[in-house]
Amino acid sequence: MLEINNVYKVFNEGTPDEKIALNHINLKLEKGEFLTIIGSNGAGKSTLMNLISGVLQPEIGTVMINGRDVTKMPEHKRARFIGRVFQDPMSGTAPSLTIEENLALAFSRNKKRGFRLGITRKRRELFKEALAFLNLGLENRLQAKVGLLSGGERQALSLLMATFTNPDILLLDEHTAALDPARAELVTELTGEIVAKTGLTTIMVTHNMQQAIDLGNRLIMMDHGEIILDINKEDKKKLTVDQLLNEFHRIRGKQMVSDRELLSSIAAAK
Amino acid sequence: MNIAALLNSIEMGMIFAVMALGVYITFRVLNFPDLTVDGSFVTGAAVTAVLLVNGVSPIMSSLVSLIAGFIAGLCTGILHTKGKINPLLSGILMMIALYSINLRIMGTTLDGDVSRPNIPLLNTDTLITQFDAFVANVGLGTYGLLICLALITLFFKIFTDYFLKTEIGLALRATGDNQQMIRSFSANTDGMIILGVAISNAFVAFSGSLLAQYHEFADVNMGTGMIVVGLASIIIGETLFGKKTIFRTTLAVVFGAILYRIIISLALSSGILDASDQKLITAVLVILALVVPHMTERYKVQKRNKLRQKEWMEEKLAKKGEKTIA
Repeated sequence: MLEINNVYKVFNEGTPDEKIALNHINLKLEKGEFLTIIGSNGAGKSTLMNLISGVLQPEIGTVMINGRDVTKMPEHKRARFIGRVFQDPMSGTAPSLTIEENLALAFSRNKKRGFRLGITRKRRELFKEALAFLNLGLENRLQAKVGLLSGGERQALSLLMATFTNPDILLLDEHTAALDPARAELVTELTGEIVAKTGLTTIMVTHNMQQAIDLGNRLIMMDHGEIILDINKEDKKKLTVDQLLNEFHRIRGKQMVSDRELLSSIAAAK
Repeated sequence: MNIAALLNSIEMGMIFAVMALGVYITFRVLNFPDLTVDGSFVTGAAVTAVLLVNGVSPIMSSLVSLIAGFIAGLCTGILHTKGKINPLLSGILMMIALYSINLRIMGTTLDGDVSRPNIPLLNTDTLITQFDAFVANVGLGTYGLLICLALITLFFKIFTDYFLKTEIGLALRATGDNQQMIRSFSANTDGMIILGVAISNAFVAFSGSLLAQYHEFADVNMGTGMIVVGLASIIIGETLFGKKTIFRTTLAVVFGAILYRIIISLALSSGILDASDQKLITAVLVILALVVPHMTERYKVQKRNKLRQKEWMEEKLAKKGEKTIA
């Protein structure tokens, strides 16, 4: 389904700020796999997502989707078969358009846009049905501007819109990070349900190790532009946060004092 | 101001409304401050004037101005998206380039020279004279021309409403709203911007074409300050008539353009102000339309909060009273 071959990406080359974001990465994803990616800031997670979606182009290496080389394909063309949800709830929707208009945009993602009306009675029924799945009552607010929705509602809507046309690949870039714990929980649950229902090939970046363990059937850990750990379905089922941290220590031989402190303080608070 | 002068300003308002609708598409929908308008307005007038002088039918001459404006807009859009030039600068560059181009276009009517600053259309058959003749035939009298112009403006208004609700129109609006989002839904934002700016300038050029035929005169300087007139119409309209839906906003833009013309001619007919003050009046109008709603809103909130404070105090006092009685 998705194949990333020997991808290398560097920022600010030739300056003191030079940073190798991805150091010859290889990654292969089968159809229906749900991959979660964890790693500290600057590990290259978001860069990897941006290379897959076409926001950035690699220096060398190729990105293949469904056996097709899309390395040079512009972002908006690739978007036909890639669904995305961003970290910022403001990013995934058009605020001054109504809920149904936003859904109409999502609906025509994989079709050629023409001079037909974006919203017809038939489509409206379809939108209502899809919104009802979210259980947020949005199906009764079709004509409300999306800018009036709360962050959680917007993110749930973004998720629905991203998966509306069953894209080949779904990319979730820390999509619950900007929400309060309750909303994050809700969106996490919705993510699990939608992916289970549609069987979408999914990649999710997260800082929340527990979320990375709970969701998905494969997990990779990234550090300094490299994939340092790849845990498959069977092993992932038994995985705990502590094990993950231990693995990280073993591989990198570094002290993650701050992370450990953070985790223990969270545990203590619980 | 007498009835004839009022009628005159409403007719001109109708013509300017087409231009204002064009400016609405770039300025409000695409969030693209496009200054091409000052040039493309004249381009429309120049193209139509040249064709009319060469004996082309008025309808054809007017329609070609749409194409001319569309091409001018294409250039601005391409400069911005493909040339990565700042939107304001792309518009300004096109505007000054068009100044020379417009002189050249009008110059094609001369044998000895290549550039010409104006073309009179006094004894030429134009869309307006045809309307007048048609109206006289049907017997609509003095208001006939106004009705014809209103129908044209209505057509552009309805077209805009419909277009912005189509799949492409929705993508265009989303481009003005959130480019990152709409790119992730497979819309080519560069293409959307180019298309939007082109359609907008087609409107503007058509408006220029109509004005030249109305005044029976095309002049290379007739577009100066046109962008501000467009903005004034939008801002006045939105302030007075609201902008809840697209249908309402485009209607507001049309009314804004008409009202703008009426205010200008009222101000000029008062005798205190001179025709040379027109730009000053426009500036003051726009400032008022922008500032007054803020002020009234603030005043309302203050008043409401004062009332709330008073009610709260009274309630508190009343409770105290109850306690002491008990």
